[in-house]
Amino acid sequence: MRYIPATDNDLKMMMERIGVSSIDELLTAIPSEIKDNSALKLPPALDELALKRHLRTLSNMNLEGTTMPSFLGAGTYNHFIPSAIDHLISRSEFYTAYTPYQPEISQGTLQAIFEFQTMICLLTGMDVANASMYDGASALAEAVLMAKRINKKGQKVYLSKTVHPEYRAVVKTYTNDLDIDVIEVPYDEVGKTDLKWLAENIDEHPVAIAVQYPNFFGVMEDMAAISKIASDKGALFVSATTEPIALGLIKPPAHYGVDIAVGEGQSLGNAVNFGGPHLGLFATKKEYLRNMPGRLVGETVDLDGKKGYVLTLSTREQHIRREKATSNICSNQSLCALTAGIYLSLLGKRGLRSLASINLSLAEYAKNKLTSLPGFSLTFNAPTFNEFVIKTDKPVEEINKKLLNKGILSGLPLGKFYPELNDSILFCVTEMLQNTDIDKLVEVLNG
Amino acid sequence: MGFPVELKYTSEHEWIRIEGDIAYIGVTDYAQEALGDVVFLEIPEVGSEIEKGETFGVVESVKAVSDLYAPLSGEVTKANEVLVDTPELINEHPYDDGWMIAIKMSDTEELKELMNADDYETYIEENG
Amino acid sequence: MAENNDPSILSITEPTIFERGSKGRDGVALPSTGIEQVDVNTLLPVDMIRDEIDGLPEVSEVETVRHYTRLSQLNYGVDNGFYPLGSCTMKYNPKVNEDVARYPGFSGAHPYQPVESVQGNLSLMYELESLLGEITALPHVTLQPAAGAHGEMVGMMMIRAYHEDHGNPRTKVLIPDTAHGTNPASSALCGYKVVPIASNDKGILDAAEVERVMDEEVAALMLTNPNTLGLFEENILEIAKVVHDKGGLIYCDGANMNALMGIAKPGDMGVDVLHLNLHKTFSTPHGGGGPGAGPVCVTETLAPYLPAPVIVKSGDKYSFNDDRPKSIGRVKAFYGNFGILVRAYAYIRTMSAEGLKRVSETALINANYIKERLKEYYDLPYDLPCMHECVFSDKKLTPYGIKTLDVAKRLIDYGFHPPTIYFPLVVNGAIMIEPTETESRQTIDWFCDAMINIAKEAEREPELLKEAPTKAACRRLDEVKAAREPKLRWQP
Repeated sequence: MRYIPATDNDLKMMMERIGVSSIDELLTAIPSEIKDNSALKLPPALDELALKRHLRTLSNMNLEGTTMPSFLGAGTYNHFIPSAIDHLISRSEFYTAYTPYQPEISQGTLQAIFEFQTMICLLTGMDVANASMYDGASALAEAVLMAKRINKKGQKVYLSKTVHPEYRAVVKTYTNDLDIDVIEVPYDEVGKTDLKWLAENIDEHPVAIAVQYPNFFGVMEDMAAISKIASDKGALFVSATTEPIALGLIKPPAHYGVDIAVGEGQSLGNAVNFGGPHLGLFATKKEYLRNMPGRLVGETVDLDGKKGYVLTLSTREQHIRREKATSNICSNQSLCALTAGIYLSLLGKRGLRSLASINLSLAEYAKNKLTSLPGFSLTFNAPTFNEFVIKTDKPVEEINKKLLNKGILSGLPLGKFYPELNDSILFCVTEMLQNTDIDKLVEVLNG
Repeated sequence: MGFPVELKYTSEHEWIRIEGDIAYIGVTDYAQEALGDVVFLEIPEVGSEIEKGETFGVVESVKAVSDLYAPLSGEVTKANEVLVDTPELINEHPYDDGWMIAIKMSDTEELKELMNADDYETYIEENG
Repeated sequence: MAENNDPSILSITEPTIFERGSKGRDGVALPSTGIEQVDVNTLLPVDMIRDEIDGLPEVSEVETVRHYTRLSQLNYGVDNGFYPLGSCTMKYNPKVNEDVARYPGFSGAHPYQPVESVQGNLSLMYELESLLGEITALPHVTLQPAAGAHGEMVGMMMIRAYHEDHGNPRTKVLIPDTAHGTNPASSALCGYKVVPIASNDKGILDAAEVERVMDEEVAALMLTNPNTLGLFEENILEIAKVVHDKGGLIYCDGANMNALMGIAKPGDMGVDVLHLNLHKTFSTPHGGGGPGAGPVCVTETLAPYLPAPVIVKSGDKYSFNDDRPKSIGRVKAFYGNFGILVRAYAYIRTMSAEGLKRVSETALINANYIKERLKEYYDLPYDLPCMHECVFSDKKLTPYGIKTLDVAKRLIDYGFHPPTIYFPLVVNGAIMIEPTETESRQTIDWFCDAMINIAKEAEREPELLKEAPTKAACRRLDEVKAAREPKLRWQP
């Protein structure tokens, strides 16, 4: 058996040293009625080639956006991934290592995370970023819990309906058993958080206001105005960004006084992967450092005074503080964070900005083309980044089916999450598309 | 390891120095040694009320966290803010520069429950 | 000749990526999209637009590759050598699994594609659920949790939902003193008060002790079996009865499932809810801290509370079902760490029933062999047959001024990753060794020889241990400085 070096003879020799003649003598603690039922009924073993054939067949049963034009975004994005990334993250010194608890032999992971933390601070403008969370949705939920730790008196969290519906669902699950009420804030006619509603309805001791930036409809929220409401009312301002490429072009959350900036880092060099693994981004102000969940890497020196890195401030975490910890999280998405670090290095200062501009320009091209079609118009008339919502007088499902038949993965029909928008589709346009793909989309829709 | 005779002690390894109706509170030499290098301290603001037996702060080393339990009730009149930036004073001078807060006692009857230096030393020998 | 600032291969330190490169360097060729780039100032309000981000690297592809390659060389992974971290199951990560997870239909598919365009993925997830259900005898499975602790949270939320559904959410959770720290932290997230239970002098739980603290306010007993001392909870059936009789449920932390495959099924032990760590038992890589996956397996009774959506099969078509009124809801966007699920599925299909049983049996024999070889040299607080891991302490070495940490650091000089140390908390100075099944007898002997040598060094030349490591990329690091003066990002 290729993953188990021990031969029967090895096992026999070892059992002799242990002083038993069979494995059963080591299993006397297990009640026999449990042992008697232990046989596994599983499909027969596959050799390496048969396994590859089987999985190739399963893989081929799927369509996917790297080989056909896809207009799907909505929280996970199809971006160009430079080849260098997969070569580097496939170095098994990275991917077969454990959490860097032994810093002397984990400096690679530690330094990579330290650099990642720095890059996320630069991207968000915040003071400190952690080593990552499971994904954007759970990062937002953790941000809400953190806000509650800081604003202990309050109970209500104002969560905009323009936040990704699945993120909102996760926030509700996380807070369900705790002393937190999640209030959903409606959106206005241009697809932004309804600030009039918020100003009128927010109570005296709010925990936090949480919005998405750019929001689920791709629209830029009025961050300055939300920030003002938050600071007037003493609420913490939480922002979630599902498309971090946007932050290469638009003002960072910190510019608007955001207290906790979270996000989904998948776009930064990670494949869509049918929804995971992804990368939760989490950054905050220095003053809230001790309330922050998750791992942190810090710089220090060794006995000879040489620079090195360690996991630090871990007394916040579950293995020390147990039920009083800032979170139950005990891992991070280290390899995805490494990926993001490599990606942001390759793109760099100018590349990230250029890429964001390319996305914006191409999305505007698509927006103009689509809205020039009869029967198609913008659902929300507001500035957007690489996603926008289109309303149509034709049945949405039929349109998408027709596009699929022509080899195009259309955008997300919004009716599932917003019944009132069942005439609308959320389109996403990234640099993976070309003008000809958009022209073809329009042609099919016109036909 | 020293236990100054002029101080009072608790089983949570805190010391108390009485000056009139003011009580200074810190952690003992035994406590600081058990914790290791202190890296962080959280103490209440001046003006807040603390109640005997309740936690009033947290002291942390790299690998351990310890809640601070109020040995007496009262209002916090001073907080040793110097420790926030130089928590190592708790290790270096637990009984003087390492003091954490001073409170105006609200119930001097509570003093009766504190240990003197001999009792505390015995307590550590038996329970440490 | 001027000093070369580029680090030589022998240099230990690697500058940060921010210190590499130079203004104007590019590491990427961005795709052309066929349209003229438009001035962004005409597309967005000017006050929304930021400048290029100062501080981001400006490096070429080759500099980036060198930098990260160099960083990789400062790391120690399972592919570098023996990694006996107790409770972490650092087994070999099969290479074919890495390849298949990258097949484009898996890595490229979008979670919101029409279900008819992702039947391969749904089929794989559905099959994986049924394989895990068979291995655990807990037939209803969610693949959504991203990690073990995430799975614990899901499991405890389901337990709470179950009790709420039956009229009283209850207030307490019983947790043995040998538990992982995530157990109490996860319970607290569900609003439960944690009641610790002491293990007995044999290192396991007594049914009588559970009975003493069990009442109708206890929602669940959360245990790990085998526990973190590597011992099978032999009273499990009586304990489960005590808990069930008072209406409570049994949560089992499946972190140590590598000991049980084909040997004992948690569902047969009275366990109601269990999470698995695919990155432990099912060979998916740890990735330097993640991503992993923490599926949760439950009984029929608890199935209505599983996170939504669930995958259903009708005829030969698969789809998602979101209509789950009793569900605890969602804990993650989309469907879980799918890329990790592919790897675990590939592993189980490769090993099959016979292979998985061989995995657990070999892991057990390896651990017992280490226990026998080392017990003469290291204090063994519980000298019983162990399962997949064994726990020693530093008691025999403390007379020489040597602590567990020193042994761990000295092992690095011998070329091994240290075991888990100072855990479980019930053993002072614990040294917790889990060899897994993927190590050969020779490797295990080399490790034991090193441990024995170190015990001898502790007596004769303790400085060797106190100064260790001396052969790693750096010497012991100042963690106190890191915590007192947190420096969490690079600054020029």
